[in-house]
Parts: sequence; C-alpha cells; structure tokens
Amino acid sequence: MTPNIADQRAAGGAWSKISAALWRRPWARASLLLTPPLAWFLVIYLAALVVLLITAFWETNSFTGNLERIWNLGNFGTIFSTPAYRSVILRTVGMAAGVTAVDGIIAFPFAYYMARVATRRTRTVLYVAILLPLWASYLAKVYAWQLVFTRAGVLNWSLGKIALGPLNLINTNWAVFIAFCYIWLPYMVIPVYAALDRVPASMIEASQDLGGKTWRTTRSVILPLALPGIVAGSIFTFSLTLGDYITPQLLGGTNSVFIGSVAYDSFLSNNIPLGAAMAIVPIAIMICYLLGARALGAFREL
Amino acid sequence: MESTGLRVALRIWVALVLLFLFLPILLIVIYAFDPATVESWPIQGFTMHWFSVAWHDPQVRSAFLLSVKVGLLATGVALVLGSAVAYALYQFTFFGRDAISFLLVLPIALPGIVTGLALNSFFTFNSIRLSLWTIVVGHATFCIVMVFNNLIARLRRMPGSLAEASMDLGARGWQTQLYVTLPSVATALISGALLAFALSFDEVVVTVFTSGAQNTLPIWIFGQLRLGQQLPEVNAVVSIVIVLTIIPVLLAARIAGAGAVSRTARAAAVQDTGRI
Repeated sequence: MTPNIADQRAAGGAWSKISAALWRRPWARASLLLTPPLAWFLVIYLAALVVLLITAFWETNSFTGNLERIWNLGNFGTIFSTPAYRSVILRTVGMAAGVTAVDGIIAFPFAYYMARVATRRTRTVLYVAILLPLWASYLAKVYAWQLVFTRAGVLNWSLGKIALGPLNLINTNWAVFIAFCYIWLPYMVIPVYAALDRVPASMIEASQDLGGKTWRTTRSVILPLALPGIVAGSIFTFSLTLGDYITPQLLGGTNSVFIGSVAYDSFLSNNIPLGAAMAIVPIAIMICYLLGARALGAFREL
Repeated sequence: MESTGLRVALRIWVALVLLFLFLPILLIVIYAFDPATVESWPIQGFTMHWFSVAWHDPQVRSAFLLSVKVGLLATGVALVLGSAVAYALYQFTFFGRDAISFLLVLPIALPGIVTGLALNSFFTFNSIRLSLWTIVVGHATFCIVMVFNNLIARLRRMPGSLAEASMDLGARGWQTQLYVTLPSVATALISGALLAFALSFDEVVVTVFTSGAQNTLPIWIFGQLRLGQQLPEVNAVVSIVIVLTIIPVLLAARIAGAGAVSRTARAAAVQDTGRI
C-alpha cells in the first residue's frame, strides 16, 4: 500500500499544483474547509432560529387561520396575561428545578463512588452502565414507566405483595416527574463524575492532614471543586425538562401541561406564532440560568 | 480514607441506582414475550408471536426502512461537514473559532422543541414541502457535532511529529493527509459515524416537526403509544430498537474507547457551552 511518491508526482501534475497552491495559502485551505459546514449552519439552522424569532412576533388570523405578517407583541401578551399560561410556565420551571435537584442528589454519591472508591475495573463497568441507558431509545425509556405505573403494572403488583394499597400514578405529574428524573439522570452523572475525577488527591490529603473528617472534607473541599460539574449537569437536566413535550403527553394527565406541550399543541392547531413565542420562553429561561450560573462563578473551573 | 460504613452505604446506593436505570428497560423486553394482548404484571407466558407480527407489519417495515435511509443520509452529510470543521478548527487558529464550536453544539443543547419548531417555521417560510429530505436536513444538523467532537479530540491527541515526518520524507500536503493523517483518525471517524447514526435512528422530538406524511420508526412508535394501540407489537418493536441503538454505541465504545461515547454525548456540549 506504500505509494510511490515519484510515480504520483509524475502522474498527478494538476493535483500537485492545486495541493501546492493550497499549501502556500492557508487561508484558502481554511475557507475551503469551512465554507460548506458554515453555510449549512448559517443558511439552515441560524436562519431557522431567526425565522422562529420573527414568527413569534406575527399572528394568526383567528378567522381564516392564515399567518399574518404584522409585527406585534400579541403572542407574548397572551402568554403573560393568561393565567393558564402563566401557571404552565411556573409548573414547567418548578418541574425542571425539582428534577435537577433530585438528579443531583442521586448522581453525586454515585459519581463519588465511581471517582474515589471504585477500582479501575469497576469504574469502567459503571461508566458503560451509565452510558447505555443514555443512548437507549428515548421513547423506550418513557414507555417503560408507562408499563411500571399502569394500573395492573409492576408497581401496583409489588405494592400488593407488601399489602399496600394500589397507587395510581399514571396520568399524574408524579409519573412525569419520576420519568424525567430517570431519563436525564445520566446527563447529570457524567459531568459530576468528570469533575470529581479531576479533584487532585493532594487537596483531599491536605484537608485530612488539617483534621478534616470525611464529611467536612466533602463539604469544604470536594463539593466546591465539583461545582462546575454539577452546574454542567444541571444545565442539561434543566434545559431538557423545560423543552420536553413527549413525556408529559405519554405519562401525564389533564393537569400535565408544560411549555413544550403548549408549543406543540399550537403547532398542531396551526397557530405557529403562539408556539414560536412559547418556544422562546425556555430559551429566555435558559439564558437567565446560564448567566446566573456564570455570575456564581460556576464556569471558572471548566 | 472513607470509613467502612460510608463505603458500604455508597455501594448500596450505586446498586440501587443501577437497578433504577436498568429495570424499566428490562421490563419492556420482558413484556415483548408476553402472549397477553393487554399488559398486566406478571406476564402470562412466553411467546415470540409479537416479533413475528412486527416483522410482517408493512407499516413497521416501511417506517424501519425510512429510519435507516434517513440515518444513512444524515450520517453521510454529518461525516463530510463534521470532519471539514474539525480539520479547519484543528489546523487554524482564527477569530471566531469558539463561536463555531458553540454553534455546532447549539442544536443538541437547545430543547428539541426549539430546534423542531424553528426548522418547521423555516421550511414553511420558504415553502419547502416536508419530505424525506427535510428530515435528513434536521437530523444532519445535530449529527454534525457527533462527528466533529470525536474527530477533533483525536486530532488533538495525535502527535504533530507524524505529519512532519511525512513531509520531511517528501510527501505533498494532500499525500500526508491521505496516507498519514486519515488512517490514524479512521477509527474516530467510524465511531463518530456510528454515534451519529444511533442519534438519528432514535430521534423523535425534532422529527415530529420535520416529517410530513412519512413515518420514521420512532414516529410510528410515538403514534401507537399516544393512541394506546397495538401495544404488544410496540413492545416487540421497541425491544428491537433498544438493541439496534445500543449496538452502534457499544461498537463505537469498542473502537474508540468509552471516553469517545461520552465525549460525544451531550455532556461535553454543555461544558463547551459553559466555557464561552
């Protein structure tokens, strides 16, 4: 397979010329490489986000159902003045915050064990064990909880075995909450583990030398150093919960209306401007969240 | 350093979390073999009937074929565009470099409903009819980052001396790329492509907004789940999908190390986002 360079030089005169010309002009090479992908992102993706933003300021004619390209703030006015929509936003943010907190509490000891207690081999096994559910089909993960919570499902069967009454969680916000915690948990574990893994052993030894017990060392040394990882994980659990509409639809009940559900329903009923305005709400919340995390210095260590 | 009690407690915690992670998925696979038409626990027996039903269902077949087609096309686009960006960002330092990597992770960092609605409004705005191609465009947009992340990580770890040695021995620029750089990043490209395919094959949140009358397999599953119809068949299909998405990921982990799989997972995306 070794190419004969002399042969190729003789054969590929034009190739060599182009190659040499590009080699002398790094800028030409860079733009040749960058133009197609950047064009893709600018022409399709960024343009799409801009169209979404603009659409949010248009309206749908309530009589004909046609899109009317008149600038106004009507959609945002509707969202913030309708009590139902306000409670949808509050419910979504509350759900996202709850999921983030619970996932953080579940993930920290797990990641701590992976980074500081487990042997090298166990660590690899646990790592793969976290990655597999992360990549397993999203719909499968939601559906699995439908099977658990349904009236004649595993949960009620198990509760029956220990003589506890049936607990009908299906079609409630609790079902949605547990499923969200489940689906986004790996997104919290991985960054927290990465952060804990980077904590230098010397810092912990220093803390112990100074008389810090396990709890004190964890609170005053490990936790602050792991904060960037926790924040990175929380951005995921928070953002992914904010924009989801499939889990509430499959597991929730009549009260499980979230930002994503409203955006999706507006899309289905062809009121795209209202949906667009609703979709901008999670973006705005995420920007506030990121700025807040930045102000707290969460990114300084990243 | 941790006391024995704490170690035991941590071990129990880890075991519980693992059960929490794997039992629900296992449950679907168990139900797939249940002969009953209405699901209740415990299952009534053992049958392969639903796999056969799924196999002979023309709707499932066409949805499956569409998903494979979309996955292959999106992976192809992602391979070309993702490796172009990775090479450019690796070789050149210029103003706006960080902005580009930020732009690439945006489609998977923003909630899916945002990307989905944005693409849908964009297609409507430009009077583009929803088709196989609009699904591919949507998928390729968030698959690019998979190839990019995998490739740039490999390029950064590759010693620069390899390319220099090739040049010293008289190879042209393109020859160095073709015979030295490409073989040493090949596994990163393969694992990036496998992950991109897995991501596309499983995607539903964005696809809902970019597919017209066509059903990809996840869309078909979503439809059945929403209506609560043919659930035993869904169990069989979902079990197959789980296996099909996990195989590429295991292969990618095998080829490029477990790190590659997580690097390309969204976790890396947010850490990048935080840096900017």
